[in-house]
Amino acid sequence: MTVDFSKFPNEHGHFGPYGGIFAPETLMAALEQLNQEYQSLKNDSAFLSELSDDLRDYVGRPTPLYYAQRWSESLGGAKIYLKREDLNHTGAHKVNNTIGQALLAKRLGKTRIIAETGAGQHGVASATVAARLGLECVVYMGADDVVRQAPNVARMKMLGAKVVAVESGTRTLKDALNEAMRDWVTNVDDTFYIIGTVAGPHPYPAMVRDFQAVIGREARQQVLEKEGKLPDALIACVGGGSNAIGLFHEFLPDEGVAIYGVEAAGHGLETGQHAAPLCAGTPGVLHGNRTYLMQDKNGQIIGTHSISAGLDYPGVGPEHAWLKDIGRANYVAIDDEEALQGFRDLTKYEGIIPALETSHAIAYATKLAPTMDKDQVIIVNLSGRGDKDMNTIAQIEGFEF
Amino acid sequence: MSRIQKKFEALKAQGKTALIPYITAGDPNPNATVSLMHLLVSKGADMIELGVPFSDPMADGPVIQKAVERALKHNVSLDDVLEYVRVFREQDEHTPVILMGYLNPIEAEGYEAFSAAAQSVGVDAVLTVDMPPEESMGYLEALQGAGLDRVYLVSPTTPESRLAAVNEKGSGFVYYVSLKGVTGSSELNAGDVAEQVNRLRGRLSLPIGIGFGIRNGEAAFEMAQLGDAVIVGSALVSLIEANAHEDLYEVELALGKKMTEFRAAIDRADAQ
Repeated sequence: MTVDFSKFPNEHGHFGPYGGIFAPETLMAALEQLNQEYQSLKNDSAFLSELSDDLRDYVGRPTPLYYAQRWSESLGGAKIYLKREDLNHTGAHKVNNTIGQALLAKRLGKTRIIAETGAGQHGVASATVAARLGLECVVYMGADDVVRQAPNVARMKMLGAKVVAVESGTRTLKDALNEAMRDWVTNVDDTFYIIGTVAGPHPYPAMVRDFQAVIGREARQQVLEKEGKLPDALIACVGGGSNAIGLFHEFLPDEGVAIYGVEAAGHGLETGQHAAPLCAGTPGVLHGNRTYLMQDKNGQIIGTHSISAGLDYPGVGPEHAWLKDIGRANYVAIDDEEALQGFRDLTKYEGIIPALETSHAIAYATKLAPTMDKDQVIIVNLSGRGDKDMNTIAQIEGFEF
Repeated sequence: MSRIQKKFEALKAQGKTALIPYITAGDPNPNATVSLMHLLVSKGADMIELGVPFSDPMADGPVIQKAVERALKHNVSLDDVLEYVRVFREQDEHTPVILMGYLNPIEAEGYEAFSAAAQSVGVDAVLTVDMPPEESMGYLEALQGAGLDRVYLVSPTTPESRLAAVNEKGSGFVYYVSLKGVTGSSELNAGDVAEQVNRLRGRLSLPIGIGFGIRNGEAAFEMAQLGDAVIVGSALVSLIEANAHEDLYEVELALGKKMTEFRAAIDRADAQ
């Protein structure tokens, strides 16, 4: 492949036509300061060694690469390995990034952390690092998500964070992001905004990717140890796309590795009630970057639907938009029902309860694996555990929780 | 010379500061906008800033967020906003109109198509909150090609290094955001603004409009002594909100009264 993936984004944060810095003027200086600090630290050996110590001793990395034998055999195709990000401290991949950004916040002398959250995993991971560093923490969360992800709201509060329920707009993740941006514009002097996904203005998409890329680096080494070869396919769910880019990035130059990002088809792509901008959206500008969006012909962002709060977002990280256009990654969609079946399957065959976000990736694996040979290998990013989704599941399955 | 330039020169000759009210197009309903624009002019507006509704107004406070939601309930689009301007121009050829909004509706229309359409209905300038000079490739050329002014924001956090780009790429005037915060915030500090505007005067050749957080005559009086224009938004839009369920007459009465307060304060400052 002729693309040198290490050269993206360029110095202006562009991945081809995507990415960039489409931010209000008040934030431009803060973004530039953050970018300079990050560029100088990302190759700084003291910083990297502090980060890697934290990831080992506090987060629990490396996470295992687990061969899901019983589930694989039930599907009768490729061998499926699970990259166990659910075993991280706080229960998802999100903490890989918050650990890194918290170290940056400390270096920049910021005393207050803000974050947006959908499923609450990023909120919990932010509240966790804030507690550890003794920083004030405010988490913005759509009012609807506060209800459906109640266990995570309780965790954030226990950790000392203030959770602000956002009532504006569609009361989900995009509105939480708007509100966090408004907070940042107002408190830019003392506040560090920990964005939880590979979206937002430069340098966030690149920075969050770099912090999450540990997933793919470990997975590559682990699969080589276990199988003596690279995998044939990677699968990860895509909301903003941080766990996906985290797994994919290390493998981008490996042409033989097929890459699948799984978006939320909600009630079905044909119904319009979904959260699949890469599969059914068009390019536009939202939340500081140009990317694929769910929007109407007038450029208004339209409401999304997914059973999983973490995928319920009308945009997607700009690097995914670019990978789609250049054909390096394939983006597919899994609807609510299929995701629920994935959730049940993994729980039943492997004794692992995945997050509803992750269940989209699981469900796609159940489609892909049977089409492949038994000696072929798939890695699915098991991005988070499903404890937080018990309320939703209990309602659907009709049991008391 | 653009209509905005002409206006600033004429005001300067009279020793006057411009009053620029902001309303969101389509708020409280699509039928109201053109008559509210005429009302603003009759109550002393020198130019009008017309907000283009966008579903995700991330730099706006609650007052303008709600105005946008009221407009979007009626599906007010960028095309509709241009139509309001066209109708407004049938009776008013002189008052400059500045569109203020976010980039995505313009992206959806296409820079070239939008610029041509805006020019043809009589729009004078465009201010796009989330379009800094650095990303303005194509956008800038399209507006320039259509003869539209490009208004950029400058904030208390804008470093010296960025002012040159604003001065070079911007035209019409520069919008100085008087505080760190969203529209309608209440942290306005005249001393800080004075210091900042003095800093800008040495760097910018364009007129300076001051906006964000100017809620009453007192604040307008202070800002008129510093800037070439005073921009008021949330203070007016909150009155539209308060009267949104009444006859348009009630909205006009409340807006007219508030505009008179702002105009008198600015005239008082100019007379000193």
